Amino acid sequence: MSIFVDETTRVVYQGLTGSQGRFYGLLNREYGTQVVAGTNPRKAGTDVEGIPIYATVADAVAATGATASAVFIPAPGVRDAVIEAAEGGVELIVVITEGVPAHDEAWFFNKLRRDFPHVRLIGPNCPGVISPGKANIGITAGHIAQAGGPVGIVSRSGTLTYQALYELKQQGIGVTTCVGIGGDPVPGTSFVDCLRAFEADPETRAVMLIGEIGGAAEEEAAAYIASEMSKPVVAYVAGVTAPPGKKMGHAGAIVSGGKGTARAKIEALRDAGAKVGMNPTEAGELMVQVVANL
Amino acid sequence: MDLFEYQGKEFFAQYGIPVSPGALVHSPDEAVAAAERLGYPVVVKAQVQVGGRGKAGGIKLAADADETRRHAASILGMDIKGHRVEQLWIERASDIAAEYYASFTLDRLAKQYLGMLSARGGVDIEQVAAEDPGAIARILVDPVEGLSEPRCREWVVAAGLDPAATEGAVEVLLKLYRAYVDGDADLVEINPLILTTDGRVRALDAKVSLDANSVFRHPEYKTYDATQVRDARERAAHERGLQYVGLEGEVGVIANGAGLAMATVDIVHQVGGRPANFLDIGGGASADVMAGALEVITSDPNVRSILINIFGGITKGEEVANGIVTALGRVEIDAPIVIRLDGTNADQGREILRPHLSERLELAPTMLDAARRAVELAGGARGAEPAPGGGGGERR
Repeated sequence: MSIFVDETTRVVYQGLTGSQGRFYGLLNREYGTQVVAGTNPRKAGTDVEGIPIYATVADAVAATGATASAVFIPAPGVRDAVIEAAEGGVELIVVITEGVPAHDEAWFFNKLRRDFPHVRLIGPNCPGVISPGKANIGITAGHIAQAGGPVGIVSRSGTLTYQALYELKQQGIGVTTCVGIGGDPVPGTSFVDCLRAFEADPETRAVMLIGEIGGAAEEEAAAYIASEMSKPVVAYVAGVTAPPGKKMGHAGAIVSGGKGTARAKIEALRDAGAKVGMNPTEAGELMVQVVANL
Repeated sequence: MDLFEYQGKEFFAQYGIPVSPGALVHSPDEAVAAAERLGYPVVVKAQVQVGGRGKAGGIKLAADADETRRHAASILGMDIKGHRVEQLWIERASDIAAEYYASFTLDRLAKQYLGMLSARGGVDIEQVAAEDPGAIARILVDPVEGLSEPRCREWVVAAGLDPAATEGAVEVLLKLYRAYVDGDADLVEINPLILTTDGRVRALDAKVSLDANSVFRHPEYKTYDATQVRDARERAAHERGLQYVGLEGEVGVIANGAGLAMATVDIVHQVGGRPANFLDIGGGASADVMAGALEVITSDPNVRSILINIFGGITKGEEVANGIVTALGRVEIDAPIVIRLDGTNADQGREILRPHLSERLELAPTMLDAARRAVELAGGARGAEPAPGGGGGERR
């Protein structure tokens, strides 16, 4: 099995007619994802390489039975796009777009939590979610991932996610699902949401968690691992040597005082029983050992 | 984007938050002229983006022109925690009856807004939080619901401010909330928020950080961006649209993706070297971007070797390699370069690089090998003591 997406997931692409949406929408379809529709109010009735375009997500859902949305709309339009998707009736919204204002993220996160509690949001500013061999929604290069499990991956960082998928594939280790939750201040889906789903998924037997400095999401994940997880967790946290008070690229990656440092996160994860690698390669090697002993 | 106090007060004033009249000056003469206009006594305040200005001697009260000139002369040019004072804010002094603390920011775990209010302002609030957490009244605000007046009033009462301050504080806090949300701020903080002897509530300081992602709806924020404190290298990177943070070491780092760039910085430390920077070139790794990155790195006189760490995902290894080759032809580089290229079509990419290899340009099979070699080329490990599990230990 896999979490969040599989071969039955039917996806509508908001922004399919834009350059990014078109590029990745077609790549995702080529991978095997059921790309059933796109939206653009000015281009309803047209198509992108055979994928029909509708005016709204609601229209697309009615016509195609779409169950998920991928958002490739530029940042200023993301707030409306997310609400349109939720009102349109999809269960999963994956926002790839980067540069979304934090107040917009906070607003639509709370709006969904209150009015659409059954809708899962992943992102913004994330590479998306891939269940290798089944579905790929987002910008991950599908061929670097091996299908089948037993490892589930959850990550705040894009390239480090690819790195992890690639290293596992080279070791012949498959992945059930890889979720990029994104590095923004208000991610729609948290580490804990993913850990809970992996814990419940019978085919996932070990989890790799990739974190970075800033915030307290890794500490929160550590508490969950300690109290709820029966499956082994291998972790890597980037930014051990980041100087305090400097932002390194991600809005989420801010260190202040003693809170949110990579060291504090590593300690919390180790205390919770996770194996922590000090660089991506070491984390990959630790996972190889864990999988060998399953 | 962090604002200077004078910009923060300008920002507050747009939302109707009362601030003291004042002026930005750059010399003792200008300071005196401003003070004469405002009326004595005035406060002479260093404009630097760092806390603890007062303790460092960067804030002084002046009763007349002589004192104003003396304080301005001594504070200008002062070094406050590594920040050189180049501008002063001259402001009419206030008659203070009480000092409070107020702020709004995002609670990332609750995913809602966190308001903090304390009757113990004017001091280091982190110390108050550590020693007496009960002295800070906190509220979580749902961004969808917003902050209502009754709820704001309850919050003010819970904080235990002087009853004479209640009405004024409620008004200021509701405006501060509007400034935080409508102004797309990451942080708005007033410390101290004062009650004057004649019963008014006013912001005596302003710490504001704005969300750079919101510039599309606040085009005027570009002027704030222009005043951000950056060193020469950071300016060069900013002009080229690159994500760059200057560090102190000798190994220049270029990687694609913030996470990979951070991991690369970590790994250079782990093998005993010191990174000169963090530089994320994003996903594409085109020749233009790579050339821009190399220009920035070579502008740093401390750089002794360069480590390029690229993982090809959608962007294939050949494209990355061609980008590097073209960039190398365009930028003159003294420092030797070590490249680690992995991911999609990495083999084909390495083949493209192979004819260009020399003692100035090497390929390494893994991130760890690449870091070791780059550190060696930079003059070897500096005796950095790897921390538990590696990286960033104390140096002697």
